[in-house]
Amino acid sequence: MAPDTKHLEVTLDTHVESVNLAEEMCLRVAESAGFGEDDCYRIGMSVREGVINAFHYGNQEKPDKKIHLAVDITNDKMTIHVLDEGKGFDLSHVPDPLAQENLLSTSGRGIFLMRAFMDEFNVVPGRTGGAEIIMSKKLPGATPVPEAQGGQNATPQQGN
Amino acid sequence: MVDIGGRITLGEGSALLRSTIKDLLAEGRNKIVLNLGDVNYIDSSGIGELVTAFTTVKKTGGDLKLLNLTKKVHDLLQLTKLFTVFDVYTDENVVIRSFQQV
Repeated sequence: MAPDTKHLEVTLDTHVESVNLAEEMCLRVAESAGFGEDDCYRIGMSVREGVINAFHYGNQEKPDKKIHLAVDITNDKMTIHVLDEGKGFDLSHVPDPLAQENLLSTSGRGIFLMRAFMDEFNVVPGRTGGAEIIMSKKLPGATPVPEAQGGQNATPQQGN
Repeated sequence: MVDIGGRITLGEGSALLRSTIKDLLAEGRNKIVLNLGDVNYIDSSGIGELVTAFTTVKKTGGDLKLLNLTKKVHDLLQLTKLFTVFDVYTDENVVIRSFQQV
């Protein structure tokens, strides 16, 4: 890890309340990193969606499983990792929530929202065997992140 | 008219909306307006709950309409292309009259 990287890592229970906890924690980090209100909202929402995905789809709401959340702040961006203990996840199999036939689906919007709100989004195989969501937002004043960074890597699974 | 405030998110918020709709339908009340003027936050679970409420009410032959969306909720519904699915209003009198015009 680069010497100027700040790193924070927590292990969360697979519990609904962990979603709120993760959101609050990352909001505090985002605020301290200098993000404004709008970006903090987007980051907080993205963290919620990532942890909801880990809670419901990855860990199948099983209380014996954990959700691993890590946040890194470098000179140019804040990166959030959400790792579940499920079986992995294939982004290409996640239905498009904007497709006409899916508009009235009761779920399936979380990944879409993370992609919309963060500058970078990807899903990779995690060290636990589950899926690791990695998403980042450039710090205020940092140079723009090149486009088309999201979601090209795939591991087998479902999605939020 | 159902006034909702706070956050509609995974957990209590979503569950409360779900039970409220269920209770109204059990009473035979299927012309429902959700006043979201005090809802400052909704996540994908909350959006899913709104969609569930909408489709459930529609199946009974009724209708569910939204009133006074805050900017965040409005923007999210637009982003997820649900803004054109729901009937959205900013005036309580108008939304009530809209039920009488059917």
